[in-house]
Amino acid sequence: MNWLEFITFDNALIRNVVLGSTLLALSSSVVGCFTLLRKRALVGDAVSHSVLPGVCLAFLFQGTKDPLVLLIGAFITGWLSLLTIDLITKRSRIPEDAATGLVLSVFFGVGILLLTYIQHLPNLANQSGLDSFLFGNILSISEKDLYVFGAVAICLLTCVWLFYKEFQVLSFDEGYASTIGMPVKGLRLLLTTLTVLAVVVGIQSVGVVLMAALLITPAAAARFLTNRLGPMVIIAAIIGATAGLTGTFISSAFRTPTGPWIVMALSIMALGAFFFAPKQGILAKWIRQRHWNRQIQDENILKAIFQFQLDNNSNDPVQTETLIKWRPMEAKQLRSGLKRLSSQGYLEQNNGWLLTQVGQKRGERITRLHRLWETYLTKYLKIAPDHVHEDAESIEHIITPELELELEKLLDYPEKDPHDSSIPRS
Amino acid sequence: MADQNTTSATPALEVHDLTVSYHSKPVLWGVDFTVPQGTLTGIMGPNGAGKSTLIKSIMGLVEMNSGFAHILGGPLEKVRQQVSYVPQRESVDWNFPASVLDVVLMGRYGKLGLFKRPRKADKEAALSCLEDVGLLPFKDRQIAQLSGGQQQRVFLARALAQDADIYFMDEPFAGVDAATEQAIINLLKKMREQGKTVFVVHHDLQTAPEYFDWMVFLNTRLVANGPTKKVFTQEVLKETYGGKLSLLVQVGDLLAEEGLPPRKG
Repeated sequence: MNWLEFITFDNALIRNVVLGSTLLALSSSVVGCFTLLRKRALVGDAVSHSVLPGVCLAFLFQGTKDPLVLLIGAFITGWLSLLTIDLITKRSRIPEDAATGLVLSVFFGVGILLLTYIQHLPNLANQSGLDSFLFGNILSISEKDLYVFGAVAICLLTCVWLFYKEFQVLSFDEGYASTIGMPVKGLRLLLTTLTVLAVVVGIQSVGVVLMAALLITPAAAARFLTNRLGPMVIIAAIIGATAGLTGTFISSAFRTPTGPWIVMALSIMALGAFFFAPKQGILAKWIRQRHWNRQIQDENILKAIFQFQLDNNSNDPVQTETLIKWRPMEAKQLRSGLKRLSSQGYLEQNNGWLLTQVGQKRGERITRLHRLWETYLTKYLKIAPDHVHEDAESIEHIITPELELELEKLLDYPEKDPHDSSIPRS
Repeated sequence: MADQNTTSATPALEVHDLTVSYHSKPVLWGVDFTVPQGTLTGIMGPNGAGKSTLIKSIMGLVEMNSGFAHILGGPLEKVRQQVSYVPQRESVDWNFPASVLDVVLMGRYGKLGLFKRPRKADKEAALSCLEDVGLLPFKDRQIAQLSGGQQQRVFLARALAQDADIYFMDEPFAGVDAATEQAIINLLKKMREQGKTVFVVHHDLQTAPEYFDWMVFLNTRLVANGPTKKVFTQEVLKETYGGKLSLLVQVGDLLAEEGLPPRKG
């Protein structure tokens, strides 16, 4: 299998494998949204690991790699693990997270044991490839099997589409769902079955060890990008599908299991979402922060020049050094700020710095807001006049014109601030 | 609206010999009372008195050890579409990806039934309920970005969207500012005028007589039930809030220790 064949989709089998892998990843991601929202992520991980003994047992009993048989085996132990977690939580003092961890490791341990046993069997012909259940290798799957899993994936998607409204309420407020007459027990059973099926389908391409990543990562990344359930499911589907596609692509070139590559692709996209999400992303927050810092810096410079001229009763240009001495600021930041302000038309350079008309206005406004806020704090919050300056230093930058009007009205257009400095009028 | 065979004389709620226990420890013990339709009823009692458990068991959310609760003369299943429940605000995770309107629309799901999507009419009904609780401008807001009082009102709007006759509300005033509390109580009084019956789990004794025209006093057992004028007395208050009956507590502890549920079967 080479790259060119892959990219051009010439080979029908390869095309099917890639499309199949994409579909499987997509359906697991969609179901995973509800697993995440119902706070069952860890349980999803337990189910993923617990299907391994089922696969091995099915193989031992039937001696074939018939996917339907393996699927049924996986389904049974997957469900069994859930029931065991339930039983332990209900009947003992062990909390759910501990029970989940316990079940995960015990089931997976048994699975590994069986797998090792199978690999050492002398006369079992087609045992090879069973270990691809560990890390997933969809490239080794036959076309017929692919159709079986594809069909299951489509069933999953249809179920979610049909019961979308019910799953939404169930995930948000289960008690309420039952009071409006929804068959909560049945729905819970259905959703759990879908989760187990999503795992059984997903392990074909990702393997049991990494399956939880396919279930949870797309949903978690999608949650970062939207605040509504519908878009979240769709975005998770897109992320899952893209990872399935690219992961299968890359692994075919390196002839390695598909699972790790799909999970790598998922992780990169998830990291991308965390960094570049439009509102909640780290980058967006950083840009917002920088914007604020700059605005605060600029306004502080304008305010300083304005007040310097006011205090010294002069309209002469102000030297950078004088400014630093008068209002301690970091020299480097001050210089870049001065440059920025003059390029924006708030300052003019002429043997020093002069405020333009708009610069004058903005400096005056910040001074006014500062002094208004100080007055407000002493009057309404009964804070001592010597404690209000620090607070006003930050509030002056955030007050909107509407709030400014309200503030002036509330304080009855004061002339003087608590430090007896005059408040400039707009 | 009410069934043909239920008249205004049919009690809104009839609780009969109700016993509920958590881990074999009784929380409600032999509770027995009847409340008529068209009342605004306060369910009162100290912490741990079983107030929330009472309405949860009526709504079928916790199992009853014995007894039954009839709503409008029949079991819950028969009148489900006429009954609405407002859970405590803390019972859900408000980080859930949903807008205010999404949550209120859930109130319409019961009538829609399985598979059907909300129609335009449902959306309009939900919007009008949002207007009733004064949250229309917030309809597209993600629910995590609301204040506690606003979240409480979202739950209220969701219940209103069910268009029920009987409402059970679990502490709708918890963590709500004074202005919101007033707005909510006005809304509840308006609902009573429209002939609805509203049950409210409530803590504050100061406001209770002004809010409710009927009261149920609980402290594991039923202490009093009746019109506010009759039951809001020093005697009843003392009995309700004066502490638990120590013998009852001892027997309850014993039951929990032995793992024997009271009146199994």
